[in-house]
Amino acid sequence: MSKTTLENVVCTFCASGCDDLEITHDGRDIYSARNGCAISLSRFTSTRESRILKPLLRTRGALRPTTFARAVDRAASILSNAKYPLLYGWSQTSCEAISSGIELAELVGGLIDNTTTSCHGPTILGIQDVGEATCTLGEVRHSADLVIYWGCNPIHSHPHHAIRFTIFSKGRFRRTRKDRKLVVVDVRRTDTAKLADRFVQIQPNADYEFLTALRTAIKGEEIEQSSIAGVPTETVEEIADMMVDCEFGALFFGLGLTMTAGKHRNTEAALALVRDLNYVTKFVIIPMRGWFNVTGANEVSTWQTGYPYAVDLTQGYPRFNPGETSAIDALARAEVDAALVVASDPVSHFPKAAVKHLLEIPIVTVEPKTTPTSEVSDVVIPSAILGIEATGTIYRIDGVPLEARRVVDPPVGIRSDVEILQAIIERVKRLGGRR
Amino acid sequence: MPELLIRNGYVFDPLNEVEAEKMDISVRDGMIVERVGRKARLLDASGMTVMPGGVDIHSHIAGSKANCARMMRPEDHSKDPEPKTWGTRSGVGHTIPSVFTTGYRYARMGYTTVFEPATPPLKTRHTHEELNDIPIIDKGCFPLFGNNWFVMEYVKQGRIEELAAYVAWMLEATKGYAIKIVNPGGIEAWRWGGNVRRLDDRVPNFDVTPKEIVRALCQVNSLLNLPHAVHIHPNGLAEPGNYQTTIDTMECVRDIPMRGHPIMHVTHVQFTGRKGWSWPDVRSGAPEIADYVNTHDHVSIDPGQLIFTNVTWMTADGPAMFALFKLAKTKWFNADVESETGAGIVSATYKKSNYVNAIQWGIALELALLVKDPWKIFLTTDHPNGGPFTAYPRVISWLVSKEARQRVINKINRTARRRLDLPGIDREYSLHEIATVTRAATAKSLGLRSKGHLGVGADADIAIYNIEPPKVDPAKEYKSVRKAFARAAFTIKDGRIVVKKGEVVRSVQGRTFWTRPEVSESVMKTMMRDLESKFDDYYTVRMANYPIEGQYLSASQMMTTSTGV
Repeated sequence: MSKTTLENVVCTFCASGCDDLEITHDGRDIYSARNGCAISLSRFTSTRESRILKPLLRTRGALRPTTFARAVDRAASILSNAKYPLLYGWSQTSCEAISSGIELAELVGGLIDNTTTSCHGPTILGIQDVGEATCTLGEVRHSADLVIYWGCNPIHSHPHHAIRFTIFSKGRFRRTRKDRKLVVVDVRRTDTAKLADRFVQIQPNADYEFLTALRTAIKGEEIEQSSIAGVPTETVEEIADMMVDCEFGALFFGLGLTMTAGKHRNTEAALALVRDLNYVTKFVIIPMRGWFNVTGANEVSTWQTGYPYAVDLTQGYPRFNPGETSAIDALARAEVDAALVVASDPVSHFPKAAVKHLLEIPIVTVEPKTTPTSEVSDVVIPSAILGIEATGTIYRIDGVPLEARRVVDPPVGIRSDVEILQAIIERVKRLGGRR
Repeated sequence: MPELLIRNGYVFDPLNEVEAEKMDISVRDGMIVERVGRKARLLDASGMTVMPGGVDIHSHIAGSKANCARMMRPEDHSKDPEPKTWGTRSGVGHTIPSVFTTGYRYARMGYTTVFEPATPPLKTRHTHEELNDIPIIDKGCFPLFGNNWFVMEYVKQGRIEELAAYVAWMLEATKGYAIKIVNPGGIEAWRWGGNVRRLDDRVPNFDVTPKEIVRALCQVNSLLNLPHAVHIHPNGLAEPGNYQTTIDTMECVRDIPMRGHPIMHVTHVQFTGRKGWSWPDVRSGAPEIADYVNTHDHVSIDPGQLIFTNVTWMTADGPAMFALFKLAKTKWFNADVESETGAGIVSATYKKSNYVNAIQWGIALELALLVKDPWKIFLTTDHPNGGPFTAYPRVISWLVSKEARQRVINKINRTARRRLDLPGIDREYSLHEIATVTRAATAKSLGLRSKGHLGVGADADIAIYNIEPPKVDPAKEYKSVRKAFARAAFTIKDGRIVVKKGEVVRSVQGRTFWTRPEVSESVMKTMMRDLESKFDDYYTVRMANYPIEGQYLSASQMMTTSTGV
């Protein structure tokens, strides 16, 4: 097939949801990805690298190629024989696949958790305490005259964020860089910080303290200490003034806030700060979610079970109690007795105690490429890459849903996550659900 | 599909002027037919009430704000789990139930059609994903237009035909059903933390007034011949004294010619029907509003009945929600949507002892009882704002029985009791009127010809309740009426029995209704030029990725309208 160019392709890397990519392909290989960032280009042009091309089954200690039917059969029997299976991952696949995942979790009576548990879980706990004043990214582009990046480094993690939505974007009421101020709060001088009008370097693990000081300052109350989190009080007051004096402020925060000391207390303080600012001006807060559909994983889980992550379905109805029903904790306590991993790599990302138990239980992995998790699995079912080889719905950071459409064909015999999960569901049903 | 014969029930079918007549209803292929063969399955409804399936015109059951509310409120779900059964999925209840539970709970009450009344167009893909997942019931959604930049610009330029083409494009792109307006212009002002309060205030940066927006969209509705009226939540929600704005809103479109149905449906009037100058001074504006509705045919309303319980407020009206949050001091969620609209969510509890809450409860009931024509007022709780939809049976008991109302009146705030007209109102709804306000009138208002009645050709959506009309006096036996409406003896959806004795026995997939007005090519072309030239400036999503393809709807039911554009 000759080369053609497809326009308005949705990028499936980070959760910024850039949907203006121009992909040149020949139906099998992708040659270029225009308008995308460097990561996007690499993701699109390296789809064929380290692919798993056949379903694999662990026999006599090693992973060996098998048929799809046998792999599904083994996956179904592992899951339906387990007393407390964990179904984990979901942030790099479609909402349709996540929906199938929840159906499967309910069927086998398992625990379903997504990668939120190890990134913005504390953000959700914070929202459950105080709420959230937020907006879609276009509102920031049109209106924000003050942008704050806190504990995140979008120049590397979300490379087009600043260009499409914040300081370098062109909105209706803010046209150029000069119309906006950028404040960066971080523990080190990141590349994002280099672009800032004001960079505030705080001590590690002192975010809560600094946020609380800001909350005090914006209310016009006196701060008695001479420095907060290693920052002079005058600077705190100066930042507070900038926040109060802006017309439309936007605070973006990353794992520097959610995964440092204080965790959900940090996010709670940030959410409360923004809420309080709305008494005097307009202010919004948006978490810098990582994977392209981690927001979608929360959305689907919430509309189907009422809870965004860490949902325990063993009782026949949804239960949510992070710390008890979250993947890492259930693994670390060695409660889980089988795992289905879809579109994620917990062996690389989870803490040692959790990984240690994971290595002791049967694992079924559904994943396009070889990962440390697939290497230690008992069943590996290769899948098509969403947004490149399969179509599905994804949610941007700000909850805007997009349809990520298929660009090229997957390698021969490779199915989408939805097809694989539905095949497992069918098989489990035939086995009689949970035994 | 087997044929079905429902025998000997007392049929209430207001659209066909059938009241408590003993009749048989024949069903074939999901439709009501003249007669069925001898092999038809018999369903004995002797001693029972047979009505068309309930049609809810306004209930926030799906979409991004419902889901934000679910996410924000785990405490709302944890005490109300819904376990899985062999035929049904698990979920959670209460004020914002998860999707499967929503479908089951509606079906248990004999409801078969529900409309989500506010969807931000940019996020409507989300709304449809949720609607697809809601089992049993038919559904649809109303996209928001009242603060849309393209709309305000066309209004400013006075280009009604292009505006009509834009609305037509949007309805098709979002697979929406009708025009919804929430706080026209006010949400755009909320971009800068402000609001507009009255119909003649100016919207910052756009130089239009709420009145101009409302009038233009009502004209468009008429031009496009849309099946439903413009569904409006007026300016000044929840503020004391806002009843006048509500009446002004209705009055400002009086001169627009009607095309077979009212111009405007004003929703959850309980929140916008308040007299007085301050909170301690809030009074009911229901008598004035009811008087207006009684004397004018171009409007219909729904009260948004308040229930004394824990609720979740959710609306596209961001500024109003922030104002209410400042009073409630609970949890506040705000979600503005670029170039289009906003959303606010607050958790709250209504108390009988609270003066304002008691007045609100009274306003809604006064409206329901003072509007004489049941075809002009429909039963809603503005779920989950006034109360969860599961409270409908309780509301029905208040409507049919003065005694039931009196029991609550005795317990509410004393000052409120003194200031309300409600204790002096004797009207009690008949079951026929209940059938009107819960299905017949709502189906008619929505322009759903095959819903809300049991005539030949109607969809076989049928509710059968354990009430034997000649033997039961609803005014006295309101408790058994309430119980009967809470758990339908049978609910039939598209000819299939889905509920028996208040339990779901089978889950089916409902359809999603949407409208496609046919606009002339030349007007569409002009509008598309405007749209294409500005789209990238207004949105962070490409125009090509904006429309929702038909395959997103798992069972799509398109309604085309021929238009005057």
